[in-house]
Amino acid sequence: MSEEQNKIKLRVYRTNYSNDYSPRFDEYDIAVKRWTTVLDALLDAKAYSDSSIAIRYSCRMASCGSCGMKINGKPRLACYTKISELNSHTIVCEPLANFPRIRDLVTDFSQFFAHHKKIEPYVHNENVPTEVSNNDDLVEFKQTPEEVDKYLQFSYCIKCGLCYSACPTVATDAKFPGPQALSQAYRYMADNRDDGEKKRFKIIDERHGIWRCHFAGSCSNVCPKGVDPALGIQLLKGHLMGVSKHDKKIARVRTKEE
Amino acid sequence: MGLESEGDKSSDFNTYNAKAKMDNGREGLRGWLNPTRYGWERVSYWLQRLTGVGLLLYFIGHVYETSSLVNGIDAWNSMLELTQTTGGHIFLMLVIGASTFHTVNGIRLIFTESGLGLGKPGRPDYPYDATSLNYKQKSGIWVALLLAAIAMFYGGLVMFGDAS
Repeated sequence: MSEEQNKIKLRVYRTNYSNDYSPRFDEYDIAVKRWTTVLDALLDAKAYSDSSIAIRYSCRMASCGSCGMKINGKPRLACYTKISELNSHTIVCEPLANFPRIRDLVTDFSQFFAHHKKIEPYVHNENVPTEVSNNDDLVEFKQTPEEVDKYLQFSYCIKCGLCYSACPTVATDAKFPGPQALSQAYRYMADNRDDGEKKRFKIIDERHGIWRCHFAGSCSNVCPKGVDPALGIQLLKGHLMGVSKHDKKIARVRTKEE
Repeated sequence: MGLESEGDKSSDFNTYNAKAKMDNGREGLRGWLNPTRYGWERVSYWLQRLTGVGLLLYFIGHVYETSSLVNGIDAWNSMLELTQTTGGHIFLMLVIGASTFHTVNGIRLIFTESGLGLGKPGRPDYPYDATSLNYKQKSGIWVALLLAAIAMFYGGLVMFGDAS
């Protein structure tokens, strides 16, 4: 990258709904290097140009999922997107689409998390007591590495909301659970410790449920962790239609002797 | 995030709805009218919808056209003449292309939406290319586009050949 290319124009979407600000774009000239990320550039603008820019971020290493935003028209993690890979001298940062906007690049995840919670994303197993008074009675499940591989990919979800923002069905249907919640439904169905699929199927197999997905694949296209939500959703649909065989044997709880 | 009751869940939605009155940020129809950012599957989704809506409108028009027969042979012939113009031929070529793409891509979607041809889950490795967006199922989109182009070309040859 030559000296001339080291300067980029950062255009940041600005608004504050609590103060009834009308939306606008502010521009900042930022000096960048080959490894500068969009988050680095935003923090540079915040530190040296305008401290009022609102951004949500935390880990800076694509683990927390806080800094999701629309960068040059596509949902991405700001900390995981290098400016050099965007091949543009103008970087446009907007809040994630399909999320209510709070201020500048910060969006409200309440509905997103409500959809996630609605599919009951935890292991259901009636054979395991929920309350154990004696520590010696605590036992774990036995799972083979092959059984773990069936759901591990989907458990890597960091709930960054990029898939939810990219989904064209979510764009028009607020009641649709979205790729994140549906792929988590598959994650628990594929987990052989879980026996709650009937309960979960009742939640997702409804008018605004899983059948609204038409495999646009955008969720998998933007996922920064390789979760591939579209795969989980289509496999779940196949299972609901009886196309794919699913002979899940619920994992055995280890006995104290073992 | 703990386990919560039904009441807690509905309160989450209510809080959201109250805020949504300001700006819910939803893309709406713009969300699927722009297919350019997310790869071939999104283009296929966009075309499948456009051709579906287009064919539905054509079907309604087609029923209206054929129902003109009940008004006598003259009414039928005057309706038929509309399709014998250059504009009518181009319109019918679009109908041929739309129906071919919608059918072939629809067959692809029957398989993919049943979880067939998408690969199996596994441990993801950097750069995290999604298994479901593989070339096996993607080639179905290209075949659908190719067949639609061939069908349109052949239809055009027949119609414009007759006209000359």
